[in-house]
Amino acid sequence: MHLELGHILINDVQFGQQTAIENGVLYVNKEELINLIKEDEHISKVDVEIAKPGESIRITPVKDVIEPRVKVEGPGGIFPGTLSKVETVGSGKTNVLKGCAVVTTGKIVGFQEGIVDMTGPGAEYTPFSKLNNIVLICEPREDLKQHDHEKAVRFAGLKAASYLGKVAKELTPDKVETYETLPLLESIEKYKDLPKVAYVQMLQSQGLLHDTYVYGVDAKQIIPTILYPTEIMDGAIISGNCVSACDKNTTYHHQNNPVVEDLYAQHGKEVNFLGEKITNENVNLADKERSSDWTAKLVEFLGLDGVVISQEGFGNPDTDLIMNCKKIEEKGIKTVIITDEYAGRDGASQSLADAHLSADAVVTGGNANEVIVLPKMDKVIGTLDYTDIIAGGFDGSLSPDGTITVEIQAITGATNELGFNKMSTKML
Amino acid sequence: MGNIRVVHYLNQFFAGIGGEEKADHRPEVREAVVGPGMAIKAGFKGQADIVATVICGDSYFGENTEEAKAEILELIKKYEPDLFIAGPAFNAGRYGFACGEVADMVQKELNIPAITGMYIENPGAEMFKKSVYIISTKNSAAGMRDAVGKMVPLALKLINGEEIGSPEKEGYIERGLRKNYFADKRGSERAVDMIIKKLKGEEYKTEYPMPAFDRVPPNPAIKNMSEATIALVTSGGIVPKGNPDHIESSSASKYGKYDISEFDNLTDITHETAHGGYDPVYANLDPDRVLPVDVLRDLEKEGKIGKLHRYFYTTVGNGTAVASAKAFAEEFGKELKADGVDAVILTST
Repeated sequence: MHLELGHILINDVQFGQQTAIENGVLYVNKEELINLIKEDEHISKVDVEIAKPGESIRITPVKDVIEPRVKVEGPGGIFPGTLSKVETVGSGKTNVLKGCAVVTTGKIVGFQEGIVDMTGPGAEYTPFSKLNNIVLICEPREDLKQHDHEKAVRFAGLKAASYLGKVAKELTPDKVETYETLPLLESIEKYKDLPKVAYVQMLQSQGLLHDTYVYGVDAKQIIPTILYPTEIMDGAIISGNCVSACDKNTTYHHQNNPVVEDLYAQHGKEVNFLGEKITNENVNLADKERSSDWTAKLVEFLGLDGVVISQEGFGNPDTDLIMNCKKIEEKGIKTVIITDEYAGRDGASQSLADAHLSADAVVTGGNANEVIVLPKMDKVIGTLDYTDIIAGGFDGSLSPDGTITVEIQAITGATNELGFNKMSTKML
Repeated sequence: MGNIRVVHYLNQFFAGIGGEEKADHRPEVREAVVGPGMAIKAGFKGQADIVATVICGDSYFGENTEEAKAEILELIKKYEPDLFIAGPAFNAGRYGFACGEVADMVQKELNIPAITGMYIENPGAEMFKKSVYIISTKNSAAGMRDAVGKMVPLALKLINGEEIGSPEKEGYIERGLRKNYFADKRGSERAVDMIIKKLKGEEYKTEYPMPAFDRVPPNPAIKNMSEATIALVTSGGIVPKGNPDHIESSSASKYGKYDISEFDNLTDITHETAHGGYDPVYANLDPDRVLPVDVLRDLEKEGKIGKLHRYFYTTVGNGTAVASAKAFAEEFGKELKADGVDAVILTST
C-alpha cells in the first residue's frame, strides 16, 4: 500500500466570506460551518472561534483535536466507517491542512476533558498550542444523555475537519511525503537482512469517553488485527475518548502517529517495518487475556523480531500493557513499551499499576501528577466551570484571579504515550 | 552576607570519645570543629564556619530516639545555623540511621537545608534517601576527602536555592523521585532507537526501571461469618450525592467516611460516583453496583453475616499515588479495627 501525503501549509486562519485557502491562509465561512454542525438535532447551540499560537487564550474542556484532510486520489474517503463509506483507505493521495486543527469544546461530558493554553507555561506541554485552531463550542440539547452527548460532539469535530479538508482537494501541495508498506512476504524479501519490526498500538476501550473507533467499529468489539500504517493517516482510527486529557490519543494523534512516522524513517535502513497491529484495553479480565494472547500470537505468526508497543491511558490499561509485553517477550520477541507515569505529585510513588521484569525497555511520556500553575489568560474559549473537577484538578484548582493550579494530567496531550512529545522523566 | 553558619553532627566514635563502650554517650554540644569537621571546614574554603558540633552516642540515639532527637534539636536550634551537616556515616548502620533521622528533623523543624553522607548499602540510605540529600560515600572513613568534595558543592547549591542536578552529577544517592524534563528527541524516536539497540544487542537505558511490587498476603479466613461485622471500602468513588468532601476525580488527596446505617439500598437520588476513570453512567444509575449495600443488607437479614458496619470508606483510585492510598488505608484501617470490624470487602470499579 502506497500513500502520498500532500502538505498544504497553513500559516493563518481567519473568518471569511467563503471557506477557502489562499496563500497559506485558511478562510472559514463561520455561518456555513455552524449550519453544518447544527444539522445534528442533538446539538442545541454551536459557536466557532479561532485560537492562534501565542495568543492569550485558554481552551477548555477540550474533547478532541482533529486535523483536516481530504482524499485526492485512491479508494475511500477520510474517516472511513464513520463519515465516509467503509471502504479501505490508505493508498493513493491525501491532502493535509498542515498547521491547523479543529478543536471541540463545550459543556463537559465526563471528567476527562482537558486544557489547551495557547501561550505561557501550559503551552509548552501541549502540541496543540502550536497550531491555528478552529474551535467548535458545541452545547448539547438539554435532555441529552452522556453517551449521546459524546457521540454528537465527536461527529461535530469530524464533520468540521472534513468540511475544511475538502477545500484542499484541488490544491497543489507545498510538500509531499510518501509512505509505502508492501505485502508481508514481499517486504520480508525486500529487506531480508534487516530485523523485522512492527508497531503494536493499544486503543482505549474502557467505556464512555474511553472509546476508540476503527473503521467505525467500537474498539471494545475488536479482536487484535493488522493494518497498513497508511490507513490511519486517512482516519481509519478516530478518538471517542478522553482518558485523562494528558494521555488520550486525540484523532489528530492517530492521523499523525509518531511511532509510525519514526518506524517509516528507519524502514529499509535499520529495520524492516512490517506494519501495525491494533489491540484494545477492555476492562474485563477475559477480554484482557484474549486480546493480549491474540496480540502475542499475531506477532509470533508474522515472524517478527521486535515490536514497539504504545499504551493509551493509565491504571487499568497498565495491566494490558504489561500482559502484552510479557506475552510477546515470552515468545522471544523483543519489545519496547511507551507509557506515562502517575508517580504522585512528589514523584515518590511507583509509576505504573503493574510491572514485570520483562518490561526492560520503557519510554515514558512523563509523570502526569506533576503540578503546574497556569496563569490567567485574557480569553477563555469554552468554560472554566469544570476546572476543579476535571481529572488532574482539585478543590481550589481555579483561583479567583483566574490562575489554575493543576496536575499536568489536565493538559491535553501532555504525557502522550505515542511518544508525540519530548517530555520524559528521570530519577532523582 | 557573612559566612554560612554550619552545625555539624557526629557520633561518639568520630568525635574521638570512644568506640562501642562509649556508644551510650548522651547528646552534648561543643563550640568547636571536631574530627571530620576539619575536612568539611577546609572544603568550604572560608565560605562557612562550623559554629557548633553536636555529638551523640549511637546506642543512646538508637534506644532513645525520640528523646535524643528532642535534645539534639534544642542543642542545634540555639546556634541559628544556615546549614546542617551530619556525618558522613560511611557504612556504619546505626550512625547512618542517626544522621538520617537528625538531618530529616532539622530540615522539617528548622526549615534549613541538611545533608549527610553514607555508603550506598548503609541501611540509613534506603530509609532516608527520599527525604534527605545523602552524598554517596565510600564504605569507610578513607573516603572522607572524596565525600567532602561532593558535600560542599551540593550544600552551597542548596543554600543558594540553585537547581540540583542529577544524582550522577551531584554525587548524592538516587532519591527515587521521578522528575519530568524535556528530552532532545520525541518519545517515539527514543522508542525506535531503543528497539534498534535492543535488537542489535547493544546497550540501552530504559527510562523507567521496573519496581519491586508490594504484595500483601491475605489474612486468614473468617470462621464464623454469621457473627462477623463487615465493612465496605471502595476505590470506586461512591459518595453521597453532590460529593460533599470534594474528593478529586483523579489523583485523590483524601478519602471520605460516610454513614450508611439509614440505607438499605443506594440510588441515583442518594449517591453517585466521583471517579473520573470509568464510565460513570451505570454506577450513577445504581451506586450499589460499585458499593453493594443492597446485597449486604440482604445477607444481614438472612443471617449470613453478623452486620454491615455503620460507615463506609471511599476514595477515587484513578491516578492516585500509591503513597496516598497507603496513607489513607493506614489511617482508616486503625479506625476499622478499633470499631470491631472483622473483615472488609474492598471494591474497585
